[in-house]
Amino acid sequence: MTEKYSAKYIAKSSAIASRLLGGEMMIMSAIDSTFFTLNTAATVIWQAADGHTSLSDIVTHHICAEFEVDFETALRDAEHFVEEFSRHGILLVSDQPVADRPVEDQSIEGPAVSPTEAA
Amino acid sequence: MSLIQEMSQRALDLGVPMSVHFDITYRCNERCVHCYLDHDDHGEMTTSEIKRVLNELADAGTFFLTFSGGEVLMRRDFFELLEYARNLMFAVRIKTNAVMIGESEARRMLELGVDQIQVSIYSHRPEVHDAITKLPGSLRRSIEAIRFLTDQGLRVTIANVLMTANMHDHSGVQALARELGVQYSLDPTITPKMDGDRSILNLRIPGSELKGVFHNQALVGNVEEFCAPPAAPDEDVMEGYPCSAGHTLAYISPYGDVFPCVQFPLPSGNVRRQKFLDIWNHSSELNEVRSIRAKDLTVCSICSHVGTCTRCPGLAYMEGSMRGPSTADCEKSFERTGIPSANMQRGTPPSVPLIQIQM
Repeated sequence: MTEKYSAKYIAKSSAIASRLLGGEMMIMSAIDSTFFTLNTAATVIWQAADGHTSLSDIVTHHICAEFEVDFETALRDAEHFVEEFSRHGILLVSDQPVADRPVEDQSIEGPAVSPTEAA
Repeated sequence: MSLIQEMSQRALDLGVPMSVHFDITYRCNERCVHCYLDHDDHGEMTTSEIKRVLNELADAGTFFLTFSGGEVLMRRDFFELLEYARNLMFAVRIKTNAVMIGESEARRMLELGVDQIQVSIYSHRPEVHDAITKLPGSLRRSIEAIRFLTDQGLRVTIANVLMTANMHDHSGVQALARELGVQYSLDPTITPKMDGDRSILNLRIPGSELKGVFHNQALVGNVEEFCAPPAAPDEDVMEGYPCSAGHTLAYISPYGDVFPCVQFPLPSGNVRRQKFLDIWNHSSELNEVRSIRAKDLTVCSICSHVGTCTRCPGLAYMEGSMRGPSTADCEKSFERTGIPSANMQRGTPPSVPLIQIQM
């Protein structure tokens, strides 16, 4: 899985509901009602997933810039996050930048990436 | 604790209105005999007013948004509002009689990512269902619509309100739900009309029937567990909240009035005059609701059912006091367990006149 997605562009699916609650993002799939929460760092990736920024750039400019974490560690966690959420159809992965999508603009602080999932 | 329960607890701790029930119209194409609403339009919010309120709800942190009525599809701008709400990333649930849902409406709901659709079905027999809705052909049309919705892969729940006219039909409706591949929920609650008229309470099913419902394994699952005598309440129970109304749940009427819950007609503000969050945070009525713990309830605090009763503070309010008992729920606890509630033992019938919603 190493660097499988680093050059890819990630975007939020429109078939989800999401809201920030106490610094953590709640996400529910409209496809199967699976409910997820993201920790603060995963929330930052989520909010930066605009479809025209590569995962590598998101990690560099949003994670490494805001959290005390080295690039390799952050990218590994980010890759895991994208792998997991693209499998659920919540994140869309593309080789090329995609059309504009709404991105919530919120500034968050917190530890490293660790998505939480529950059916 | 499930993840949703964890987030609900967090919303409670943070004072976030995680769920909002938004009636966007009281107009309806059915005239159900048990309905508590006045279906005339007394000045519904406009499209732009509702969109502004939706923005405010998103800012307030609302996640689950239920569009209801009346019949939501009586509004010509329904899909515009639905699309707007989905763009704001709400998890949208719809309560409808589905009579106006055809294939194209079902497809649009799927495209817009609706989470769940609840359809009211009273009986599997057209002569019973249609007599309740007073709309000939309504059962056939609702069932057709459910098929359109499930064909799209949408999640549908049949809501079966029980009253005297259909009290023997729940098994038939449950079988219909199975045949259609949808969820089934049953509710034996009939509430007074919003104008204070209590006459429709005569439609409530008698206690003997209620007992039969609560002891029906097909409806409640494990009967022994469901009907078990209540455990002695501990400190957590006595310090607990009666329900989510006003804590993580709010209700907004088509006229912009804000209440703790659709079943709790305590006027707490109006979004045409104030921002929703100002009402949510500063309304003295909502703050009073939030201040009430089980230990503060005038009769229920000494009742053995206090920890397990479905006591609705809104129904209690309609009987005269939001801290008092709800006799309908006393009856439910009794029929479920065979143990009379403290209120029943007291033997005082509700005598305080119903408080009406101020429009």
